[in-house]
Amino acid sequence: MFESIKIWKQQGGQTIPDVTAVTLPEIFRGRPTIKAEACVSGCTACIDVCPVAAITQSASSTISLDLGACVFCGECADACPTEKIAFTNDYKTATSTREALIMREGDVGPVVFDADAVRKEIAAYFGGSLKLRQVSAAGCNSCELELNACGNVNFDMGRFGIEFVASPRHADGIVITGPISLNMSAANDICYDAVPDPRIVILSGACAITGGIFQRSTELQRAFVERHHIDLYVPGCPPHPLTFINGVLQLIRTRKS
Amino acid sequence: MLSFSNLDVISLDAIPVLSYGTFLTTVLDHMKANDARHCVNYMGYRLPNGDLECFCVLADDSTSQLFVARYHLAASGTMALPSLSAHYRAFHIFERVLWENHGVQFTDHPWLKPVRYPHDAAHGATIDSYPFFRIEGGEVHEVGVGPIHAGVIKPGHFRFQCTGEDVVHLEIKLGYQHRGIERLMVHPSTMLQRTVLAESIAGDTTIGHTWAFVNAMQALMRGTVSDAVEIERAIALELERIAIHIGDLSALNLDVAYQLGSAVLGALRTPMINFFQWWCGNRFGKGLLRVGQNRSSLTPALQDQLVETLDDMERRYRPIADTMFELPSVLARFERTGIVTTEQAHIIGAVGMAARSSGLRRDVRRSHPHGVYRAEDVQTHVLHSGDVMARTYLRKLEIDASITYIRILLDRLRTASRDNGTLEDRPVRELAPRSMVVSMVEGWRGELVHTSITDEHGALVHHSVKDPSMHNWFALALSLRGNEISDFPICNKSYDLSYCGHDL
Repeated sequence: MFESIKIWKQQGGQTIPDVTAVTLPEIFRGRPTIKAEACVSGCTACIDVCPVAAITQSASSTISLDLGACVFCGECADACPTEKIAFTNDYKTATSTREALIMREGDVGPVVFDADAVRKEIAAYFGGSLKLRQVSAAGCNSCELELNACGNVNFDMGRFGIEFVASPRHADGIVITGPISLNMSAANDICYDAVPDPRIVILSGACAITGGIFQRSTELQRAFVERHHIDLYVPGCPPHPLTFINGVLQLIRTRKS
Repeated sequence: MLSFSNLDVISLDAIPVLSYGTFLTTVLDHMKANDARHCVNYMGYRLPNGDLECFCVLADDSTSQLFVARYHLAASGTMALPSLSAHYRAFHIFERVLWENHGVQFTDHPWLKPVRYPHDAAHGATIDSYPFFRIEGGEVHEVGVGPIHAGVIKPGHFRFQCTGEDVVHLEIKLGYQHRGIERLMVHPSTMLQRTVLAESIAGDTTIGHTWAFVNAMQALMRGTVSDAVEIERAIALELERIAIHIGDLSALNLDVAYQLGSAVLGALRTPMINFFQWWCGNRFGKGLLRVGQNRSSLTPALQDQLVETLDDMERRYRPIADTMFELPSVLARFERTGIVTTEQAHIIGAVGMAARSSGLRRDVRRSHPHGVYRAEDVQTHVLHSGDVMARTYLRKLEIDASITYIRILLDRLRTASRDNGTLEDRPVRELAPRSMVVSMVEGWRGELVHTSITDEHGALVHHSVKDPSMHNWFALALSLRGNEISDFPICNKSYDLSYCGHDL
């Protein structure tokens, strides 16, 4: 027993005291910014290099970047001749609407979290406790490992009453990772149906939100995403545990007046 | 069969096209030659005229040789063939995939069942119609689990046939994670798209799979990277090994209710993957390896930080690693549970950790060394008991070996050349036409094999990915025989196999 106490003492405090105020290393690729300045005439370097077609150009030649598809590889920032695109270390990129994931020229502030888009019952029912069932619908295991990390002693999501549970019957919602393969779509539907109302849906990772690098695959069945209201989008490849935890906290703590 | 080595680019024309009958006897003769030979890949793809071209690659671990043979099946000809699996069971998974993807009927295959259920499978079956093996009898009962499991893990279905508490047989049905990786690889794509795809084959093996992929591409480009880039990649691979092994030790402790071990080891994984974040901006090393370069180099400041991270990790890791293997409550669960014998491991063609914990010395870093591994200074451990204890203790030994090896690599990195690579200035070039390369890397689970084939224009026409899990899932099934279902979690975690690496 004394040996155990020694080990316990030796580890010291491992828990991040305030998960909303952590500064990640500068090199961490979080929320990108796009400067509001004209591109080099005719240049499409960022669009050409992007592996997931996340960057598009409008008729007025301004560019936008969809965090729902972005795998945060950072190659667009390297390809841009004028450093117009840059990645910041801001990890608070989870949001309540699909539209808010589109980064446009001149967007330099945090990702907008639209409180009006959050259903009223969420804070009322889940503000102090949220049990989630995770469904890996062809996730590559990096999203899943990061969701597991949310509950470890470092991030300790459990202190906010947020936990993953084994049965969908005990859950208040589902968290989908992966691009939703044809072969997992039925199981995913059954799992969602087994969660009692009111229930929430969280899409975690680029694959879940848009298909990510698998957008062109013939082996997906993404009808679920079209059919159901999505309460939270968590971008990333994979999303950092802090991105997930901050997003969920914002979702369940948003109280409408 | 044509003899070559890991990462050799061979001309397709140098590989004789055999009739299937000759192919069969040639492969069987080569397998018979010695016990160190096993099949590392056997796959096929459609030629533009609709014919099926199949390649079989064997490895001889005692001589570092690879062997390849091929045959053609005319689109209009017979698809009914005698199988290799009837002679060597380890071929079963490859022949099942050939049947599933291309309709080849292996008439005497002992276990011709679907593998991944692609949407256009030649057998026409869907994933809810898998033909499970069943044992009939009054005492027999069946337990089905999955595809969704009681945790944040990937999906698969496990079907146990039990008498009383004893598991007689476990059948593992996968395919839920099938995303069409091999098809996407040959879809018109940029090199970056393919590299990001390689990073997503199995997120827990990001470095391993991406390294195997970029090595294959670099070889086909007839280019090299500098010594420093190569050493950095080897360091990244060992960091990945340490991080996952520590995470698995934590999970194994959780499954036997040793809470302190689970919590401490769970926390110790964090500095390892956080180091990746300091190095390249992503906790899994995504975005680090690219064809011809590493996007972030391990600067002297980062090298110092890595030494400090390892020192601190070791200080906190040693006491808990020693304690967990002294606790009767832990050992009672691990020892003599889920045994796979050396003979069984050999029959199923087990690789990597699963092989090494059952007495088979299989480690690509030593048996088929490329680049940095030619110095032969990485240590491989082999245990013989084949139980959960062996697979758990092997992780501890491998964590120690990886720490030692990273320190050796850091020493070499300090004096390594940063500018003797030929791809530095122009990292993406044309691929050699009508060529084939087999790229092998020893990921933390074992042998990762990427096989690329190009056409006469240098376009990638086939890219086959083989995760060690392809062989090793069968080891998990065997380890359950004669055990209780209640021991399934620790048997499963002692392998920690990849669902998505298998399903592709």
